[in-house]
Amino acid sequence: MSLTPKFLTLTAMSGGAGAGPRGPYMSFITDRNTNLLIRGGLLFSVGVFLALVLNLLQVQRNVTLFPPDVISSIFSSAWWVPPCCGTASAVIGLLYPCIDSRVGEPHRFKREWSSVMRCVAVFVGINHASAKVDFANNVQLSLTLAALSIGLWWTFDRSRRGFALGVAIALLATLTTQLLVYNEFFQYTSPDFLYIRSWLPCIFFAGVITMGNIGRQLALYEHKLLQKTHQD
Amino acid sequence: MTLREQLRAKISAAFYHHGLLCASYPVPIILFTSASILTCCYPLLKLPLPGTGPVEFTTGVRDYSVPSHEPHGDQGERPDWYRGPPVAYIQQVLVKAAVSPWDSSLVPVDVFRSPLGQVFRLLEEIRNHVYSDSSGVRSLESLCLQVTDLFPGLRRMQTVLPEHGCLLVSPGNYWQNQRELFDSDPDLFKTIQKHEPKGLHTSATLRDLLFGVPGKYSGVSHYNKKRVVTYTITVVLLSYDARFLNSLRARLKQLHPSANCSLREDHMVHVHFKEEIGIAELIPLVTTYIILFAYIYFSTRKIDMVRSKWGLALAAVVTVLSSLLMSVGLCTLFGLTPTLNGGEIFPYLVVVIGLENVLVLTKSVVSTPVDLEVKLRIAQGLSNESWSIMKNMATELCIILIGYFTLVPAIQEFCLFAVVGLVSDFFLQMFFFTTVLSIDIRRMELADLNRRLPAEASLPQPKPVPLRTREAPPPPRPSPHTITLQTPAFRNLRLPKRLRVVYFLARTRLAQRIIMAGTVIWIGILVYTDPAGIRAYLAAQVSEQSPLGDPGVSGLSPHLAVAPVFAAGDPTSALNIHPAPDPTPVPENQSQGHHSSVPQITWGAEDEEGWRRLSFRHWPSLFSYYNITLAKRYISILPVIPVSVHLSPQEAIETRHPHDTRHRPPLIPKVSADLQTDLTLYKVAALGLAAGVLLVLLLFCLYRVLCPRNYGQNGAAHGRRRRGDLPCDDYGYSPPVSEISPLLLRGHSMDIECLASDGMLLASCCLAGQIRVWDAQTGDCLTVIPKQCRDPSIGGENLSEEDYFPLRRRASPSRLALFTDQPDLTPLIDTNFTSQPPSHLSTPPKEGFDYGSLVERAYTEHEPPSPSSYPCASSASSSPSSAAQPQRRLSVGDGGGASSQERGSGSGSQAAADWESSVWAMELRGNLIAAGRSSGKLEVGLWDAVEGSLRCRNEDGVSGITALAFLNNRIVAARLNGSLDFFTSCARPAAGAPGQGSMPPSPCYTSEDVISCQLTRSVQCAHQKPITVLRAAAGRVVTGSQDHTVRVYRLEDSCCLFTLQGHSGGITAIYIDQTMVLASGGQDGAICLWDVLTGSRVSHVYGHRGDVTSLVCTTSCVISSGLDDLICIWDRSTGIKLYSIQQDMGCGASLGVISESLLVTGGQGCVSFWDLNFGDLLQTVYLGQSSDSQVVRQLLVLDNAAIVCDFGSELSLVYVPSVLEKLD
Repeated sequence: MSLTPKFLTLTAMSGGAGAGPRGPYMSFITDRNTNLLIRGGLLFSVGVFLALVLNLLQVQRNVTLFPPDVISSIFSSAWWVPPCCGTASAVIGLLYPCIDSRVGEPHRFKREWSSVMRCVAVFVGINHASAKVDFANNVQLSLTLAALSIGLWWTFDRSRRGFALGVAIALLATLTTQLLVYNEFFQYTSPDFLYIRSWLPCIFFAGVITMGNIGRQLALYEHKLLQKTHQD
Repeated sequence: MTLREQLRAKISAAFYHHGLLCASYPVPIILFTSASILTCCYPLLKLPLPGTGPVEFTTGVRDYSVPSHEPHGDQGERPDWYRGPPVAYIQQVLVKAAVSPWDSSLVPVDVFRSPLGQVFRLLEEIRNHVYSDSSGVRSLESLCLQVTDLFPGLRRMQTVLPEHGCLLVSPGNYWQNQRELFDSDPDLFKTIQKHEPKGLHTSATLRDLLFGVPGKYSGVSHYNKKRVVTYTITVVLLSYDARFLNSLRARLKQLHPSANCSLREDHMVHVHFKEEIGIAELIPLVTTYIILFAYIYFSTRKIDMVRSKWGLALAAVVTVLSSLLMSVGLCTLFGLTPTLNGGEIFPYLVVVIGLENVLVLTKSVVSTPVDLEVKLRIAQGLSNESWSIMKNMATELCIILIGYFTLVPAIQEFCLFAVVGLVSDFFLQMFFFTTVLSIDIRRMELADLNRRLPAEASLPQPKPVPLRTREAPPPPRPSPHTITLQTPAFRNLRLPKRLRVVYFLARTRLAQRIIMAGTVIWIGILVYTDPAGIRAYLAAQVSEQSPLGDPGVSGLSPHLAVAPVFAAGDPTSALNIHPAPDPTPVPENQSQGHHSSVPQITWGAEDEEGWRRLSFRHWPSLFSYYNITLAKRYISILPVIPVSVHLSPQEAIETRHPHDTRHRPPLIPKVSADLQTDLTLYKVAALGLAAGVLLVLLLFCLYRVLCPRNYGQNGAAHGRRRRGDLPCDDYGYSPPVSEISPLLLRGHSMDIECLASDGMLLASCCLAGQIRVWDAQTGDCLTVIPKQCRDPSIGGENLSEEDYFPLRRRASPSRLALFTDQPDLTPLIDTNFTSQPPSHLSTPPKEGFDYGSLVERAYTEHEPPSPSSYPCASSASSSPSSAAQPQRRLSVGDGGGASSQERGSGSGSQAAADWESSVWAMELRGNLIAAGRSSGKLEVGLWDAVEGSLRCRNEDGVSGITALAFLNNRIVAARLNGSLDFFTSCARPAAGAPGQGSMPPSPCYTSEDVISCQLTRSVQCAHQKPITVLRAAAGRVVTGSQDHTVRVYRLEDSCCLFTLQGHSGGITAIYIDQTMVLASGGQDGAICLWDVLTGSRVSHVYGHRGDVTSLVCTTSCVISSGLDDLICIWDRSTGIKLYSIQQDMGCGASLGVISESLLVTGGQGCVSFWDLNFGDLLQTVYLGQSSDSQVVRQLLVLDNAAIVCDFGSELSLVYVPSVLEKLD
C-alpha cells in the first residue's frame, strides 16, 4: 500500500479503530479433540511400529518365545503385542504433556525433532544391546541397561516428573508382564527375575521416556497454536 | 575470578584465535584437513570389504592337526575363527578324461560319453577303498560325513543328491550312480540340462555342484574343441585321517597316472564363511538407518541463514562420517581390529557423536553482526559457543568412559570407537566445518549484502503508528545493522494433498532416483556375485595371487578371494609366480601325424585349486541342502587328487548309445567352445541393452508424467546470482524468468498515486498533482495536465503548428533514470521561445520566468512527504491546450460549462489554492477524466489527442474527495466527512442541437461538446466517518467507511438500499462487479461476501493480520491481499482458504486478475503470474534492469491483457507474455 497523503489522512482520522476478535479460522486445528485424536493416532502407530521391530530383534535372538504357530505369522509375534504397545505408547505420549500442563510450564528442554529422533535412536540402541551384546552375566547386563536408560532420561528429559512417571509406568508394565508370563501367554528363554528378564524394567523405562518425548514434541504444536490464538 | 570463569575465558580466547586462523587461511586448512582425513582412513584399506564373502587360511598338510578350541599362545597369523574342528573336510578327485587319439569317425557325443562313464569305475574304487593298519581298518564309510534327509522343500533333488549315507557327489549322481542307467540314457546332455534352473542365476547350480567345476570348464558340450572332459568327485569327510587319504591318493594315481602333473599337494585351505544376513535381521537394521536419516534430516534442516544450506548440510554430514571413518582407521592403526558388525553400530555412533555442535556453531556464527568482517564473525561465533561445546564434549566423554568401565567387551569396543570418533569429530568441526562455514559466510557477504542493502534502504518510511498496533511485532533485529534475510522459499502455498504429493515426487524426482538407485544396486549385486566378474578380478589384484603376466587365468582362477589379510602367508603364491605347465604334454602312444586335433590333458596351476572357480556360495549351498549351515564356521579343503584318463576310440565307440549316431548333431567345424559362451555373452549383452533402453523409456515416461513442465528452460546459471533468490513457490520450483523489457512510461517527477484506465487510455497522477494521459497501446504520452496551466495562457496567443513538436519530444520516454534522487527539471526547460514574448518576463504576478525560483520550487517539491502541487511552469506543456482553448471559447458562448469554467479559472489566488491540494481520486471514462482533490473540488477534464483541458469543475464540497466512481454519465464522489455526492455530467453539442436527452451510453465527447457537471444529489450523512472506498457497478454504488459499515446505493436515484453491518473495523476494500458480487474487507482482516439483492451476508472469513488492502473476485474464488503482504485465495462458495502467496514487502495491494485462472502480482522490481487454480507460479517478469530498487505498489490490468504497474515515478506497461496467452 502506498503511503499517500490520502492514506495518511484516512488512517489518522480512523484513529483508534481497534482490532476485531479473532475469527474461527483456526478453530479446526486448535480443536482440542481433533488434535488429541491426531496425536493419539500418531503415537499409536509409532508404538506399533517400534513394537514390531524390537520384537523382531528379540525373537531373532530367541530371547522371547511365542507359541510356534504364531511365529510363522508375518509379524513374528503374537497379534496382541503391537496393539498393546501402541495403546500404551499413545497413553504415555498423551499423559506426559498433559501432566506437564497440569503441573505448570510445558517441557522446554531440547524441544526439537532432531533431539527426539536422537532419543528414539538411543532407545533402539538400548534394545539392540539388550538383544545382541553378549554380557558376562545378567546382573551386568541389567545394570548396564539401567545406566543407559538413566542416561537417556538425563540427556533428553531431565525433568523430575518425567522420571517419576517413567519409573511408575515401568514398574506397572513389569508387573503386567510378570502376570502375562505367569499365565503363560508367552515366555522367556532364560528368565532370571521371577518369570522375566531382569532388564525388562529398564527397557520399559527407556520406552516411556522416549514416547513421552515424542508426545511432548507433538503437543508442542498444539501449544503453539493455542498461544497464538490467545495472543490474538 | 573463579577457576571456572578463568577456564571459560581462556577457552573463549583460544576459540577466538582459532576462528581467526580458520577464516584467514581457508584453503590451506581445508587441504590440511583433507590430508589428515585421508591419512587416518588409509588403514581402512587393509580391512576386508564388508560383505558375506568367505575368508581363507592355508596350512600345510604334513603337520596338520585339528585345531583346539582353546586359543593358543602363538596366535600370530592364525585367524580367530580357526578353532576347533571344521564342519567337514572336502576331498576332491579331479578327473580329466579324453578320448585319444581323436578319430574323425567319432561323433561329438563321444567327447563326453565314455569319459563320463569312467566316473562309475572311479566311484567304485573310492567307495571300496579300505586302508588297514595296526590301528584298524578304515573305509570311506567310517570317515565320511553321513547325511540324512534332504532339506524339506528340495524333494525334486532327491533323485540326484545322496541321502542317508556318505555325502559323495559326482556327475554319476545324475544317473543314481548306476552304470546301467547311464548306458541306457539316450541323451546325456538333456539329462544334465534337465536339472538346470531357468533364468538368471548367480549362485551354485546343481550342475556345478555335481561336476565340481564350473559348467563351462567341464567340457560336457557338443562343441568341445579341446575334447577334454573335466569333472570332480567330491568326497565330504567328517574326520581327517591322513593315512587313509594318502593311500587313496596313491591308489588313484596308480590306477590313472597323470604324466605331466606337478600339482602341489601340501596345502589345505580352510575357508570360513560369514553369517548371511536374512531379511528378518535387516528390518531392525533398516529401521535404525531410517531413524538415523530422520535425525540427520531434522538436524540439517535447522541450518539457516547461510548462503548454501545444502552445502553446509553436506559439510556437516561429511564431518560426522569422516570422523567415524577416521576413528575406525585410527583404531585399526593401533591394532584394534573391529569385531563388531560395523553396519549395526554405525547409526548409534553417529547418534552419539551427533550433529549438534555443527548446528550450534552455524547458529552462533550467523547471529553475529553482519557488518563485521568475516574473520571476526567466525571468531566471535566460535568463542561465544566455546564453553558449551567444551562442556558437552566433556560430558559425552565422561558418559563414554563410564560405559568403558562396564567391562563388557562389545560395549568397551563401542566406547573406544566413540571416544576416538568424538575427538576426531571435534577436530574436524574445528578445522573443516569452521573453514567451510567461513567460506560460506564470505560468499554471502559478497553476494547478498550488495543485493539486499539497497532494497532495504529504498523502502519507504515506516507505516503509520496506528497500523503498527495491529500488526505482528516486527522481526527482532539484533543490531541496527543486521539485515534480516528472507527465507528462500517465501511463497507459502497451500495446495491440495494430491498435488502436493505429485509436486513432491516431481521436485525430488523420487521415482527416478529410486529406479536409478535400484538399477545401480542391481548391477552392483550382479557384478559382485558374478563368479568371474569384476570382484574376482579385483580380489585377485589385491591379493596378488594371480600369476603374473597371465591375466586370462587371473581373471578366472581365484573366487574366494576376499582374503587380503591372510594372503601374505599363502605359499601358493610362490607356485603361481612360477607357473609350471608342462611344455611338452605328450600323451603316450600318440600318433602325431593325425589331423591336428589331439586331445591333450594338461594340468596347470589353475587345477590345483579348481574349487576357487566355483561360486563362493558353492559349499554353503551344498551343505544347506542337508540343513547344515556354514555361517560362522569353516571347512577345510584338502588338496585335489588328479586323475587323468585316456580312452581309446574303440572304447568310445563301444560305449555309444545307438541314439547318439542317429541324432547326430550338425558338427560345425568352426564353432568353438568359446562361441557358446560368446553366444550367451551376446545374449546377455543384448538383453542388457534392451533392458537399458526400456529403462530409459520408462524413465522418460515417468519424467514426462511427473514433470510436465519444461524445467530445462530455467538455465542453471541464468541470472540466479544476479537476481538473487528468484521468486519460487513452496516446492522450490522457480519458473522461467522472462526478461521482456516492459514499456516504461516516464515523465512523472514523483511517485504515482492514482492510476485509472478504460482500456484505451491510461491516466496517471503523481504526488505532484500532475496528470498524464497515455496511450495504453503504444505507451505514448498523449497529454500532460498540469493543473491550472491553461489559466495564465487563457489570454491567448495563437500558436503555429510547429509548436507541438517540443511537447511530443518531451513526452516520449527519454529521461534517463540516472539521477533519480534529483528532481526532474526537464519540465522546466523551455524550448518554446516563440510563445514567450519578452514582455511576459516583466509581468510578475502571472507565470513569470524566474528560473531560479522555478528550480527552487522543484527542489522543494522533490521532498516526498509534502504534497505540494506541481508548478505550472512550462508554457510549452500548456501550449496545446492554449492552442485549442481560444477557439472553443469563441464557439461555446454562454452555458453551464462555460460558467463553471469561468468560475474555475476565476482569480489567481483561487488558482494558487488549487495547487496546494492534491489529487486523491481519479477516474477515467471515455475521454473524460474525473479527478477528486483533497480540497474537495471535483474536476472533470476532457481529453482528446491534443488537449488536456478542464471541462468543468465543481467545488461545492469542502471536504476532500476520497473516492470517485464514474459510471456512464454519473460521477459519485465520496468525501472525507462521510457525505456522498452524485453528479451528472451532461454534454451538449456545441451547436445547441437537441442532445440533452439523448445521452450516448458511452460518454465519448467531442471537444465541441459542452460538459456540465451538476450535482444531482448529495447524501450528507451517508456515513458517520470518512468514506474510504467507493465502487460502482451494475447500477449500484457501494461505499465503505471507517464506521464499520458498507452501504449500497442505487445509482439512478441515489437511494440507499442497504446498510451492511458485520465488520468490526473500518472498511478498507470493496469489490463489486457486473454480476452483483459484493465483497468487502476491513481493518479487522475480515472479508465478507454479501448478497446485493437481499443485503444478507453470505460468508465471513478472517484471513489477514491487518487491513485487507484489496479484493478481487472471480467466478470461483476471492482473492484478497492485506497489509501483511499476504495474498489469500479463498473458495467463493465455501469460504475456505485455498492457499496464500507471500508478497514482497510493500507490494501487498498490487494484484490483478487477468483471466479466470491468471493472477498477476507485483513484487520487488518484478511482476509474477500465477495460476489461480493451483497456485503455481507461472512466470516472473522483471521490469527494469536495476531490479532491486523499486517495489510495485499498484497494479492495473487493462482490457487488452496489458498490465500497468507503477514503478516509483515511472509506469510500466507490460504485455502479458505470449506463454500465458496460450493458457487462457
